[in-house]
Amino acid sequence: MTVLDHSNHDAAGEGAGARPGGLQRRSFLGYVIGGTTLIAAADMTLGASRASAIPSAPSIPELYDLNDFLTDAARPTANLIKITIEEDGTASFALPRSENGQGIVTSTAMIIAEELELPVDKVNVTLADARPELLFNQLTGGSNTTISTYTPIRVAAAIAKGALLEAASNLLGDEVDKLVAKGGVIQGLTKSLTYGELARAAASSTTERREVQLKESGFRVIGTGQRRTDALDAVTGKKQYATDLDVADALPTMVCRAPTLNGTPANLRNGRAILEMPGVTDVAIVDTGIAVRARTFGQCIDAIREMQVDWNDGPVAGLSDQDILDNLKKAEVALPSNKQLGLDKLGLDRLGLVKTIDADFTFYFRSNSAMDTNSAIADVRADSAEIWAGLKSPITAQARIAEAVGLPQDKVTVHVTQGGGSFGRRLFFDGALEAAKISKAMGKPVKLMWHRADDARVGRGHPMATSRVKAIYSGKEVLALTQGHTSVETDYRHGLGELITANVANLPAGLGNLGFAETVYTLTQEVPYNFGAVVQTLTETDDRFNTGSMRNIYSPDVRTANELVVDMLAKAMGEDPFEFRRRTLRDERTLAVLEKVAEVGDWGRRLPAGTAQGIAIHKEYKGASACLVEIDCRPETVNRPIREGVTGPRVTRVVFAIDVGLPINPLGLEAQMQGGINDGIAQALTSSMHLENGHFVEASWDNYFYTRQWNTPPVVDVIIMPETTGVPGGAGEAGVAASMAAVACAYARATGEVPTYFPINHKAERPFQTKSYVPPVPASPTNGLKLTF
Amino acid sequence: MPMQSFIVNGERVEVDVEDDVRVLWVLRDILGVKGPKYGCGINVCKACTSHVNGKAFNPCAVPVGDLAEDDEITTIEGLADTVEGDGLHPMQEAWLDRDVAQCGYCQPGQIMAAVALVRKARDEGREVTLSDIEGLRNICRCGTYTRIREAVEQGARAM
Repeated sequence: MTVLDHSNHDAAGEGAGARPGGLQRRSFLGYVIGGTTLIAAADMTLGASRASAIPSAPSIPELYDLNDFLTDAARPTANLIKITIEEDGTASFALPRSENGQGIVTSTAMIIAEELELPVDKVNVTLADARPELLFNQLTGGSNTTISTYTPIRVAAAIAKGALLEAASNLLGDEVDKLVAKGGVIQGLTKSLTYGELARAAASSTTERREVQLKESGFRVIGTGQRRTDALDAVTGKKQYATDLDVADALPTMVCRAPTLNGTPANLRNGRAILEMPGVTDVAIVDTGIAVRARTFGQCIDAIREMQVDWNDGPVAGLSDQDILDNLKKAEVALPSNKQLGLDKLGLDRLGLVKTIDADFTFYFRSNSAMDTNSAIADVRADSAEIWAGLKSPITAQARIAEAVGLPQDKVTVHVTQGGGSFGRRLFFDGALEAAKISKAMGKPVKLMWHRADDARVGRGHPMATSRVKAIYSGKEVLALTQGHTSVETDYRHGLGELITANVANLPAGLGNLGFAETVYTLTQEVPYNFGAVVQTLTETDDRFNTGSMRNIYSPDVRTANELVVDMLAKAMGEDPFEFRRRTLRDERTLAVLEKVAEVGDWGRRLPAGTAQGIAIHKEYKGASACLVEIDCRPETVNRPIREGVTGPRVTRVVFAIDVGLPINPLGLEAQMQGGINDGIAQALTSSMHLENGHFVEASWDNYFYTRQWNTPPVVDVIIMPETTGVPGGAGEAGVAASMAAVACAYARATGEVPTYFPINHKAERPFQTKSYVPPVPASPTNGLKLTF
Repeated sequence: MPMQSFIVNGERVEVDVEDDVRVLWVLRDILGVKGPKYGCGINVCKACTSHVNGKAFNPCAVPVGDLAEDDEITTIEGLADTVEGDGLHPMQEAWLDRDVAQCGYCQPGQIMAAVALVRKARDEGREVTLSDIEGLRNICRCGTYTRIREAVEQGARAM
């Protein structure tokens, strides 16, 4: 691997050591922390790279992207992450990030095992409680975990190994360079000692600064497929999520919510009767609805269904999809004219040589509801509070909860539990905040769980958006591509907002005056083609919805709009979609993944009418991806019967290639791509929310059509490209954009019509009866014993 | 309150609870058996899939009063004990081998459904097919379906 020499690097924790031959090998500073066993530490902000030049338009993310920003943002804070060597020879590390299935606990254990020369199963990685001193550096988002933690974690592990070697040298009487650390054992000339035997001897009574160099080659763990460290717990039912924890007296609690989105409770008319229902212990009115606490969740559901509540309408009462789309249309700003793009100077216009392709797409609301609904345990007392929840922004959660229950922030302890999926949902802490308010109102501990119906209808999701693309070309050359993306507001008030505010001054010139959304958009969206003048703009409007950064944020939609237009350009020029992309791509890594999927997927092979291939690329998270799909849109496939299930066009094959720079765990990376592919398929073909008369319709997994087993492609090939940059890129979100775009392109080619909205079945007749809004949660069925198999 | 009596993972349990409380809540909230997960409460997502007398069922859709004294419930926690030896059930082994789980929340239900599906095919004198697997309704929002397919076929071969 190569380590880039950042000559403009100014982090205090780095120095340079002499390397044979006069080259500078990079070294890093870390600490041995005073204690009775060995504790090694490194500054969390190590390893950040900064763009040296002010990027010039059009593609800012090529030089300075959201991940640079997220990594840079933490640099001024001095904060340590610590690896402890236990006396049983294991290493412990509390990762200040949130695991929701993306695999960072496993990959972090691998990174530590690599540098520390320990087997992976001797590294115990847990999730850290909220650590306010980390300021902005405990946010899990932007697929940034490994990008930002890779160097500091390795430095801490290397410091630990160095201290163990020194201790072994003292005890064995051998010089350090005669010792070999391997598999948790230090082998001397005649004798050996285990890390466990050395843990106390290597400890320091005071905190000391040490300098280390990191492994540059010879990786034995990094780059090898490792199964998840929590897999055994997952398949035996032992893995614990927030609602599985036993906290004394935290009884099941649920909330009765308004029949319009974000409506508020005015009055509970039958509170006394509800309190007398079986199992019910407490009822309380909070700002989001009527909370009920009971012996079982089933009795909470029963109580909610009996509640007679007067509600105040929510902010979109009476409105439907079309009203919101009309608003978006009004907010759209004109795309730049040829003159504004400087094209008039070419004089081609007058000759009639300039042609234009205009496209206009609508992307409807989508839900990022996870299997594990919004849930949290809260125990709020007069002088302190304790919270347990899956949280990707635990410090902001802690601050907001403290504010809401009237306690100083340091009196609120926030434990980060494993989340059962996130997809961006757990960037917010809606469940934790609500649980805290309810616990305070009831004066008792509560285990809050959102009903599926609420999690789908009221939980956060991807905002509705339109994307207009104008491509201007002459002959075989694209002169300009402009894209105006207009969206219902994406909510960033989970700490990323504060992070941006606090770090605006660190941004390259010209970006400091952008709002939060524009900053994220500008730092993530990139058109990696040689398309002349490229202008991409974002306009956000309408803050009445519960939104957030759903997996891959803007990219799936922006990329889909973009890649469909790329296909339209190719068609207009009489070129093959793959060849056209190959000719116009300007980034080598993206070109390589494109060529790889075309080769493995046998691009251009003959297929029956009604079926087609589609191909698309994406570049983000310090990586590059390409996707080739085959889709079957023939009536016998589209109309295949599945009970209460949506079928539609079937993606029959996917070939996906990803270059993440340095793959840490190829097995985990492949899993993330497989999931991202299923997200892309769902967003292109089947899954959306419908706003109807003031509320969302979808209240069940049989209403919201996320990819099911019968929609899954029969053939899925994920190709992990070999290391290219020596530094890891992001994985969790990297599979979605190219997949969605490729499915859309394949669908357009198979049917001969470019769709104008997504998912393509959004306006189809819905194969279900809408669940009631009053009561807001459905009763559990009673016929389960008749449906066994 | 009526006393409910039935068998969970080989052990008789006695629970003092109303007849209409669904078995899922009796397991999770009263008995502390947390393997079966809540994902919808309306027998759609299948995250709570367990076995009753060896057949797949969804405890979110069964009132506890419907269980008879000799009804045997097996949850993911008890699956390994239904096969010989000290190890896991072959389906769990296949799940580990294929590294199926991502967040893991739906996986107990997926595994329990897969085991019942393979047994059902066997009872019909055949092996589980891809078409059977495509009929599984269990939701996985992480989208692990590709590896689930591989694991069900692999687990079936070892069952």
